[in-house]
Amino acid sequence: MSTLTAPSKTPGISRREFVAAGIAAGAGLVVGFYLPRRGRSRAGPTVFSPNAYLRITPDNKITIVVARSEMGQGVRTALPMILAEELEADWKHIEIEQAGASTLYGDQTTGGSASVRTTWDPMRKAGAAAREMLISAAALTWNLPRSGCVAQQGYILHGPSQRRISYGDLAEKAATLPIPNDVPLKQSKDYKIVGQRLARVDTPSKVKGEAVFGIDFRLPGMKYALLARCPTIGGKLASFDDSEARKISGVSYVGKIGDTAVAVVADSVWGAMEGRRLLNVTWDEGPNKNLNTAAVMASLREGAAKKAVSLYSVGDAAKAAGRRISADYQLPFMAHAPMEPGNCTARFSGTGCELWAPTQVPQDCRDSVAAAVSLDPDQVKVNVTLMGGGFGRRLEHDYAVEVALVSKALRDAKLADSVHGTPVKVLWTREDDMRSSTYRPASLHQLRAVVDGAGYPVAFTHRIVAPSISGQKGQPGPNGVDPDLPDEAAFVYSLPNVSLEYVLTETPVPLGWMRSVYALQVAFANESFIDELASAAKKDPLDYRLHMLGKDQDIPFFATTWHTARMRGVLQLAAEKASWTKPLPPGRFRGIACFACFSSYVAEVVEIGMESGTDNNTPRVQRVVVAVDCGQVVNPGILEQQIPGGVVYALGNALRAKITIDQGRVVQGNFDDYAPIRMTEAPTVEVYSVPSTESPTGIGEPSVPPLAPALCNAIFAATKKRIRALPILS
Amino acid sequence: MANITLRVNGTEKKLSIPPETPLLWALRDTLDLPGTKFGCGAGLCGACTVHVEGEPARSCSTPVSQVVGKSVTTIEGLSANGLHILQQAWIAEEVPQCGYCQTGQIMNAAALLAKNPQPSDEQIVQAMNGNLCRCGTYERIRKAIRRAANGAPAAGGQS
Repeated sequence: MSTLTAPSKTPGISRREFVAAGIAAGAGLVVGFYLPRRGRSRAGPTVFSPNAYLRITPDNKITIVVARSEMGQGVRTALPMILAEELEADWKHIEIEQAGASTLYGDQTTGGSASVRTTWDPMRKAGAAAREMLISAAALTWNLPRSGCVAQQGYILHGPSQRRISYGDLAEKAATLPIPNDVPLKQSKDYKIVGQRLARVDTPSKVKGEAVFGIDFRLPGMKYALLARCPTIGGKLASFDDSEARKISGVSYVGKIGDTAVAVVADSVWGAMEGRRLLNVTWDEGPNKNLNTAAVMASLREGAAKKAVSLYSVGDAAKAAGRRISADYQLPFMAHAPMEPGNCTARFSGTGCELWAPTQVPQDCRDSVAAAVSLDPDQVKVNVTLMGGGFGRRLEHDYAVEVALVSKALRDAKLADSVHGTPVKVLWTREDDMRSSTYRPASLHQLRAVVDGAGYPVAFTHRIVAPSISGQKGQPGPNGVDPDLPDEAAFVYSLPNVSLEYVLTETPVPLGWMRSVYALQVAFANESFIDELASAAKKDPLDYRLHMLGKDQDIPFFATTWHTARMRGVLQLAAEKASWTKPLPPGRFRGIACFACFSSYVAEVVEIGMESGTDNNTPRVQRVVVAVDCGQVVNPGILEQQIPGGVVYALGNALRAKITIDQGRVVQGNFDDYAPIRMTEAPTVEVYSVPSTESPTGIGEPSVPPLAPALCNAIFAATKKRIRALPILS
Repeated sequence: MANITLRVNGTEKKLSIPPETPLLWALRDTLDLPGTKFGCGAGLCGACTVHVEGEPARSCSTPVSQVVGKSVTTIEGLSANGLHILQQAWIAEEVPQCGYCQTGQIMNAAALLAKNPQPSDEQIVQAMNGNLCRCGTYERIRKAIRRAANGAPAAGGQS
């Protein structure tokens, strides 16, 4: 797959800036650019390229550019489907091209379950504009009225005269026409591609072993580098002795990278690994050398006593009268642990730097690399490779900056080609990834309710005590409120008094955005607590939630307007498919939870059996029924991959995921002490979507948050024991 | 440095690398066969699974010196055209998401079916439990193995 990149002087806004702008202005979701090209295309006079997403050449090659990163969520299929629908293209003849960092597509960050929802409009308009121009080109070619011409399957047809001409044959003429500003978009009832279960374009190469992930990309003469990084959080390099490391055959360079690492460069991965193993490094452990998990959790409890910032308020929860119920919940740090360990390839030439990056943030990589190696952003070219999972880990630019610094160090040491530079790949081991990562923030949640005589809440208070991911990265939201929370802390129940509060705490532990980000923590606390309230009221947990949803109404929450009717829809659909009202066989138990985030609604029913473990108390998840309302489904096949994927990821988070700190260091190192779900634990997942013609919303993350509370609610049904801290098997 | 001879995907290969080099890196870096993946380096995830004399092996934890003179099969050599019955079944069931672990999954499944052409569900789970997938494709992997065992890799999604 070739790449298309364009130099830039205007860095795109990052995910955090974009979310921060949303919260500050109360603005709607920022929609990606739709930037029509004026005049002749840069690609040449005979290429029809009315915008940066599409090229049609006279040989009838139709290329659609994907400006988001493929990490398994299917963007290389779903996004082109949206454009192809409006273009009336023949899907079988579309070629897909991956964009690198560019200025042509707005924010290219792949995260926040936003790829489809933010490109839905620009991709549709790009396709529709091209379609209208091709119709005009055909009408001009035939000298017939435009009104008799229709676009269909890659051709313009003129019914009355039975004429037909391919898009390729019209490319040259279409390229001379003015680009229309206001084009009609198709109605969903007329969709031929959107909504179809089309096969993903990347599947055959992935099963043949031909797909090129970041780790697989190679260039002639490429070197490999491993870095020894300070294992203590916040520590730095004191000194190193490389005399043994340099004895390893193929090791050509050992040197300091930044203040906190030493790179070992060799001709092979194994040489670099062996060289690093023999490196003798003395670390300056810095201020956190006594930090441990207990201290982190204590700081959260201390934080809970501090003054909170109001995140969202309805009525006055403090003044509500009635019976009071409260519970606290807590969650640990977690690691993303994508299957492909961190890596990035770069070639620094002195006046430029080209990267081949498995990244969710190509523009951030470009800008961060430029700053790190003292180039202008337009001197840095970032090509985007396939990713072996992302889950938010590759929203960080650390791999890119490291490899650019290593490539520059080779040049500075006169070990690189003096004109072009020498390409080098930085590779992280699994232990590097586990121990030098960014982590889902540990958090504490204090839930308080006031219930009426029937046991239903008249007031609901949730105090979130957590460090801020964006704040730690130097981009705090207003009042210190993490700018992700508006997308991830929605409360879609209609109660007279609701108060969501936030207490910002500090931690030196590096934080990152992990699949569903704060929604996982917020949903665990909310939906477990609502189950506690239902239990206290002796009500069925489904009926209790439906009662809390009240009459159908809109609930504005920052940039999103939530609809209780849509939440009711997913709850009822999940309950119906799970036969909620029917008794389960002996030994089976179930729990329910729902949550809305990234503009989508999800309800899950988790069915478990309890197995005799050492504590006679180990849940075995048998079946998970998921109902989702994500508006128009672009490709049900991809939906049916993403939803179970999120469920299995969330099950690992709920059962075992826990990063602990001892003496300032991350304890876990590999898949033995940080153990994801394996096949033996993987449940059957059933996916049902609510038919909808609303604009599409996120599916990558929204199935994650309801899983842990639904599971813990099932465990309560089985054991009458309430789990208020994750992981369950800690 | 040692001179090492092994048979990879049916062809004799001579390598001059340190004998303790894991087979994984010999395949990826020296023989340019990157379909075999690095996941954990400790035999915990199965992404690096290849066949050594027909048996599934974790190439990340197998020194190349242990496979001298032996026959090694990687995903690139599993079938002549990349369409082994399991690869067809993987396509039919639309198994991959990120796809990174899938070559190891397929190699492990191929070793299972070679020994046990009609595995029970329990035998499938037992055989495949060493292969991690962070995208959570396990249910589809089970289905794809069953499909291949039944000899019916018909189309799944429309192309």
